[in-house]
Amino acid sequence: MKSSLNVSAFVAALVVAGLVLLPVYSNLTGNIFILTLFTRIVILALAAVSLNLILGYGGMPSFGHAAYLGIGGYAVGILAQEGIGSGYAQFAVALAASAAYALVIGALSLRTRGVYFIMITLAFAQMAYYVASGLARYGGDDGLTIYTRSDFGSLISLSNRVQFYYLCLACLLATVFLIWRIVNSRFGLVVQGLRSNEQRMQAIGFPSKRYKLVAFVIAGTLCGLSGALLANNTDFVSPAVMYWTRSGDLMVMVILGGMGTLVGPVIGAVVYLLLEELLSQITEYWALIMGPLLLLIVLFGRGGIMGLLGRLNRG
Amino acid sequence: MLLVVEQFLNGLQFGLLLFLLAAGLTLVFGIMDFVNLAHGSLYMMGAYFAATFVAWTGSFLAGALLALGATLLLGVVLEFVALRHLYGRDHLDHVLATFGLILFFNEAVRLIWGPAGLALPLPSWLTVPVTILPGIHYPAYRLAIIVVALLVALLLYLGVMRTRIGMLIRAGASNREMIGALGINIKLLYTLVFGLGAALAGLAGLMQAPILTVQIGMGENILILAFVVIVIGGIGSIRGAFIAAILIGLIDTMGRAFLPNLLRQVLSSAAASTAAPAMSSMMIYLLMAIVLVARPEGLFPASRR
Repeated sequence: MKSSLNVSAFVAALVVAGLVLLPVYSNLTGNIFILTLFTRIVILALAAVSLNLILGYGGMPSFGHAAYLGIGGYAVGILAQEGIGSGYAQFAVALAASAAYALVIGALSLRTRGVYFIMITLAFAQMAYYVASGLARYGGDDGLTIYTRSDFGSLISLSNRVQFYYLCLACLLATVFLIWRIVNSRFGLVVQGLRSNEQRMQAIGFPSKRYKLVAFVIAGTLCGLSGALLANNTDFVSPAVMYWTRSGDLMVMVILGGMGTLVGPVIGAVVYLLLEELLSQITEYWALIMGPLLLLIVLFGRGGIMGLLGRLNRG
Repeated sequence: MLLVVEQFLNGLQFGLLLFLLAAGLTLVFGIMDFVNLAHGSLYMMGAYFAATFVAWTGSFLAGALLALGATLLLGVVLEFVALRHLYGRDHLDHVLATFGLILFFNEAVRLIWGPAGLALPLPSWLTVPVTILPGIHYPAYRLAIIVVALLVALLLYLGVMRTRIGMLIRAGASNREMIGALGINIKLLYTLVFGLGAALAGLAGLMQAPILTVQIGMGENILILAFVVIVIGGIGSIRGAFIAAILIGLIDTMGRAFLPNLLRQVLSSAAASTAAPAMSSMMIYLLMAIVLVARPEGLFPASRR
């Protein structure tokens, strides 16, 4: 672990510095598109980081994480539709709703493990998807347009591109910091212990389910934040953000970057979404390259990009 | 009464199609311990192959047989080139790799056949309505699907329960290392099982093709349903897959047919017509959640490892 610190830490610092300086570059070159693109990347990186807490550190392979993106998004959208424009209220509801959903489905899903856990989380996310499709008042299948972004008074304007970008980045960095603190706390060590050997941890006397459930709820709540930001970014929320392929995307980002590493998911999100963008500029049929690339990464690149960097350092 | 019988048969037919898909999935899952998200892509490829070959040969049966062979071949090649290197790896690796394959197949189809869907026309002898009970007519093609799928299910049952290869497959499902230690060529067995699963998925795809449009992404929705089926039935259990598939098929079809009218009693007409399809789709996942909470290993767990 120690030996991989140098290269990995260097790359992580580089990524963070790049993200912080991006609006400056965008401003200098007048390239607004790159700022829009990276706002989306940063928001989805936040979702990937939250997934990593349960997937990477906790060993709970949730295949329904995109549900929180939708719940956070619909909290913003529905409140805006009903005339409650206050960002404080919208984000509070988004987080609370995500936490409540995570608590309920976590309590049920954690009775199972392994592939069954993958499938039951998927099933719940699909249920959320269909609930959203059935909301006739809020657009149903077609989705819900958000005419005004969350209003935080004079504190920050979400309609200002640069301010919104920095808000998203601040949320991301705060989340990474939070995860770092959690992972190194007693609670986080217990959760990681449960991933390695749940029976042993139970034998020592830890109530394993309770610990896992708390981690599950934390991850869900953080992803709800990502969802609220995403809805503000697109001015739109639809059931499609909860579709199972979106959950797959989030998993790919985490695994690509490196499961159970602090900045791996951020790097994974940046690389995955940039690759998608670049390939789609080269050819209309970008997925023709992306698909086999994922296969190759799985076959030859164990441990994702962070694992690769670790090996690079040693070799 | 007429509607109930008709919808019951539709549900049965959909359930049997789901069974064809789920049987391959559950075999691959139970024996190789491999999560194959790309199973839905094989279903889609079966439909596209059928649409192409039927147009090419001009005969529905010849085209269908060719498509079946092509899907089998595709499955074997896929297993040989890529997937066999993933056995024994973490389930997450399987999910990621086959997720990549879905992207690849969807895009390849778009490149080869174009973004618009294809139609697979039926020959005239399959379009006539058949009188099944006095006064009740049912399309011959849907009836044919039921018959073919039941036959395949029977053959599969006999094949798995009564032949030597079937015995090896069952042995593989309950203890992989042991049959390897007994000198069975596991690699060959694995390729065979994967090819069989692919052919079953292709069969489901090509039989569904004339009813729905052949289009990109058609495999994904039904794949999730097939996963629900094998999870409810118990992973690795063909019997469980059969029962769960019929159950899901009936619930889905009956829900779609009768929920709108039921909901209209309580809700306004517009709200009911939006909420009803969503609710009937939800019922399936609700059923799965209930089954998993009550019996975390499914209704008919194949083996106790």
